[in-house]
Amino acid sequence: MKLPRWFHLFGSPPFVYRLASALSPWLGAIACTLIVVGAYWGLVIAPQDAVQGEVYRIIYIHPQTAYVGMLAYVVMAVTAGIGYIWRIKVAHAVAVSAAPIGASFTFCALVSGSLWGRPTWGTYWEWGDPRIMFETLLLFLFLSYLALRAAFEDRDKADRVSAILAVVGVVNVPIIHYSVLWWNTLHQAPTVSKFDSPSMATEMLIPFLIMVAGFTFCFCWLLLNRLRAEIVERERDTRWLQDALHGGRA
Amino acid sequence: MIEVLNMGGHAAYVWPAYGITLVLIVFNVWAARRKLANALSEARRSSGTEQPRSQPKVRQLS
Repeated sequence: MKLPRWFHLFGSPPFVYRLASALSPWLGAIACTLIVVGAYWGLVIAPQDAVQGEVYRIIYIHPQTAYVGMLAYVVMAVTAGIGYIWRIKVAHAVAVSAAPIGASFTFCALVSGSLWGRPTWGTYWEWGDPRIMFETLLLFLFLSYLALRAAFEDRDKADRVSAILAVVGVVNVPIIHYSVLWWNTLHQAPTVSKFDSPSMATEMLIPFLIMVAGFTFCFCWLLLNRLRAEIVERERDTRWLQDALHGGRA
Repeated sequence: MIEVLNMGGHAAYVWPAYGITLVLIVFNVWAARRKLANALSEARRSSGTEQPRSQPKVRQLS
């Protein structure tokens, strides 16, 4: 199979490093602006919910953090798979960079969900709820990926073995998404990500979507920053990096 | 203002949820920057002691 030129370009550590360095400040600025605007809109301007009152305002961070956790897992699984198949170092570097970000956002989704559950469901934690359980499994998949990598001295071996775990675990992501439809549980069904029409008032939907965009940019920003560090660690003794360091371009 | 802070009596749930999200984002930004700074300083240091990746050695076939 003949691969397009850009595919090879994205396999080149110097190219990816420079691209990530150039994009990083822009992504950071966009992410911070969107999150500040979205949070103010959601917390202050948006009207209160007819059923849940003010506590519903957690909806401006809880689904977003959960979505970023799942996005991070998909990014990790896809890049780990690409790295495994084509033996591309940069792809493995992306996978490693996505894991801690995904773990922290998944943890965040579990905590904010638990804080939302207490006043609305009457409990912080429900062992019988499939979505909570699969989301917890997602957190443990991230942690076991990181733990598995830490068990290897040799980075190449760690890349290859952990890639298998990452790819196998991706089956959990659609299960999390559909869990509220497959099982009748405490967790509410999707409000926005329905294929027909989202059942949310426009004045609530706008800040919701601003926050979705803000968290997506935030994830990309964090990913690129970690990726830069990961590339520098992996390419420590290469010519291009040493040249860049001494030429003052890195 | 007070109304916003009070969150209809649910301040104890809404604000910690936002707080922990903010703390985690800030922590992630800080951790990524520190990792990059460490990696760069290590790469600078290694340049003094180690040679850049050498070319494959060619051996004369006899």
